[in-house]
Amino acid sequence: MAISMKSAFGKALVGVMGAGLIASVSTSALAAWEPDKQVEFVVPAGTGGGADQMARLMQGIIVKHNLMKQPLVVVNKSGGAGAEGFLSVKNSKGDPYKIIITLSNLFTTPLATGVPFNWKDMTPVAMLALDQFILWTNTEKGYKSAKDYIDAAKAAGPGKFKMGGTGSKQEDQIITVGLEKATGAKFSYIPYKGGGEVAVQLVGNHIDSTVNNPAEAVAQWRAGSLTAQCVFDDVRLPYKAKVTSTQSWNDIPTCKEAGIPTDYQMLRGIFMAPGVTPDQVAYFNEVFKKMMNTPEWKDYMEKGAFSQTHLTGKEFTDWLTKAEATHKQLMQEAGFLAK
Amino acid sequence: MEEINALFHGFAVALTLQNVMYMFLGTILGVLIGVLPGLGGANGVAILLPLTFSMNPVSAIIMLSCIYWGALFGGAITSILFNIPGEPWSVATTFDGFPMAQKGQPGEALTAAFTSSFVGAFIAVLMITFLAPMVAKFALQFGPAEFFAVQLLTFCSFVGMSKEPPFKTIASMMIGFALASVGMDSITGQLRLTFGSEELMRGFDFLIAVIGLFGLGEILLTMEEGLAFKGTEAKINAKVVLQTWAKLPAYWATYIRGALIGCWMGVTPGGATPASFMSYGIAKKFAKNPAGFGKGELEGVVAPETAAHAAGTSALLPMLTLGIPGSPTAAVLLGGLLIWGLQPGPLLFVEKADFVWGLIASMYLGNIAGLIVVLTTVPYFAAILKIPFSIIAPVILVICAIGAYTVNNAQFDVYLMIVFGVLGYVFKKLSYPLAPMVLALVLGKMAEGSFRQALLTSQGDVSVFWENGLCGSITALAIILLISPLLGKVWGMIKGNKAAA
Repeated sequence: MAISMKSAFGKALVGVMGAGLIASVSTSALAAWEPDKQVEFVVPAGTGGGADQMARLMQGIIVKHNLMKQPLVVVNKSGGAGAEGFLSVKNSKGDPYKIIITLSNLFTTPLATGVPFNWKDMTPVAMLALDQFILWTNTEKGYKSAKDYIDAAKAAGPGKFKMGGTGSKQEDQIITVGLEKATGAKFSYIPYKGGGEVAVQLVGNHIDSTVNNPAEAVAQWRAGSLTAQCVFDDVRLPYKAKVTSTQSWNDIPTCKEAGIPTDYQMLRGIFMAPGVTPDQVAYFNEVFKKMMNTPEWKDYMEKGAFSQTHLTGKEFTDWLTKAEATHKQLMQEAGFLAK
Repeated sequence: MEEINALFHGFAVALTLQNVMYMFLGTILGVLIGVLPGLGGANGVAILLPLTFSMNPVSAIIMLSCIYWGALFGGAITSILFNIPGEPWSVATTFDGFPMAQKGQPGEALTAAFTSSFVGAFIAVLMITFLAPMVAKFALQFGPAEFFAVQLLTFCSFVGMSKEPPFKTIASMMIGFALASVGMDSITGQLRLTFGSEELMRGFDFLIAVIGLFGLGEILLTMEEGLAFKGTEAKINAKVVLQTWAKLPAYWATYIRGALIGCWMGVTPGGATPASFMSYGIAKKFAKNPAGFGKGELEGVVAPETAAHAAGTSALLPMLTLGIPGSPTAAVLLGGLLIWGLQPGPLLFVEKADFVWGLIASMYLGNIAGLIVVLTTVPYFAAILKIPFSIIAPVILVICAIGAYTVNNAQFDVYLMIVFGVLGYVFKKLSYPLAPMVLALVLGKMAEGSFRQALLTSQGDVSVFWENGLCGSITALAIILLISPLLGKVWGMIKGNKAAA
């Protein structure tokens, strides 16, 4: 009895001490490093695009909820398909006052242009989300399914059907190549400057299909001008609230279900300069964790039908290693690698 | 007239004391942003965007769009006073605005510029109010081939307008094209002409070139000519606004042409910069006194400013109805809409009528607020020219340097601006025209992109440029404008022969 009392007391004591220890560790981790001047938030793309929007939303949420004591300043460095932004982070060794948001050009730009940088040249912080892609067609054309559309493209002959997309040798064109590989259809790929422009070109029937992100085409989908054929993911989108009068994001079949097995997601992640300390990475991870719990962020995720995958540390680097290999393989097969 | 009802409802939404305060605050901020070269409307709005997340969406968009109006107004100020365009669409304003200031008429030039801006914007807002759905459909007609036709039209309306020999014009334009091709090739995704330099990957930004060529080049010339502004004898009086207003109605045709070109370019979306160039070129072609253009003609200020502001305003229409931004600033505003949970697109007018009509009402009110703000400042801005050159020139140099730095946050761009300044000076000395080079630099990349996109869609078949009525007629118009000076000469020779016979 006494023994058990003692052991219970002992456990409690250990528990209290343990909790105290954890608390002191976590406060000391927070106290260990905190920026004492403004932090530059680099966007390796122009103003108004998806990455820029996300960065500015994050900045807004962080200000509104007072998650950082020092200001976070968004700076666009879009030169050379984002190479300018990545190089500026790569060359700021040990500088903790610089973070960068990524899009697929993290992998595609060095592969396509030969500009010397790699994700391993920077310090990975966190994956915030994955952006999805959907095969869209013009509703007037009446394609009933993705298969239906691909069959029509094959029947018309190679290069007759036009696929519009954002940028050259970047995510949209890589998906197009993947789609061609999976189905045997051949498209003429037309590169445009921005996703919104691509969606409108499809409404105006200047192109036959696009692989826009959900957010880029949702307005035209809701207005009934565009049809969402299939989503380039293994599983359907989780959002079940009706977006159009009849469909939710969840009602869109996966491309695998539709018989044209292709998948691709785009990383929305954060990196820091090489050579920063684990404390500094931990600080930003903590800030982003809090930011991702705000209602504004969750609302944005649902509106843009993002895949809410949050990875840090080793899981994140494993994901990056795999994604880099996939990009390399796809781009090599398509002949997109810099000579 | 359900639009009228909706609009009055919109006025009720927009006209709260708080919103009117935001309107004036936004306009004043905008004018400041417009005055500082390089900062630009898009950057200004982007910087302030996160601050508005805690405001309600109507107030937020009213303030942000007023910053945008303010920047459109403000861009003209430094163009006229110092030959430094604060914004890309103000370049065409320098052609006659600066000579006017040098002749001692800075007040008149500023008044004309602001009033024309207001008229252009007002016509564009009327169009947005009553024709939005129709205009949105028209914008859908524009594919790559149509865009190229529009860009060709801009070039053609500009060719033959400089007084310099044609070969000098062509040489200048070709240098512009060459500079425009440096950086990322958007069609193949490859770097071009960067010679492995990281700094050149950005390409040559139009604004940096313009700040150097015009602003710095002018200061170098002035230094050579005796360290004084020619505008110092300017007589500033408070009545200058009214006196200028009395002259403006005579240019009613220029206003209408400018506004039409502006609305068209804003909606399609071609942008305010090509609109201002095209309007200037066409005004010159139709003018009674084309020889006066470039030497300080009031009409040469009216034409580009009307078009630029009409385009800037109507650029918001495709953003609201289609979700495509007609200008870089509209692109940032679009991001703001998404963040506030508003989905721009065909359904916005139905689902968020309060918001849309509140915004449209604020366009009327914001422009009036803007006009009041800038017109009251005309005598003060004009008086800047009275400050001795030795004091103001260093200030201008610093502003130029800050402006060049701000465009991309890059030190290299400041050096680049100095190089362009020297180039601008050399061009002036050898009497090569700068305008064709600037035009080629700003439109070259766009035109190249559209041209190659169009050929990709047609699989290399050139007939894509006249395969439909819209595209074909724009191309035809461009070619007519291109050869019109030649036709005029031939016609003159035939007439001359007849007279001789």
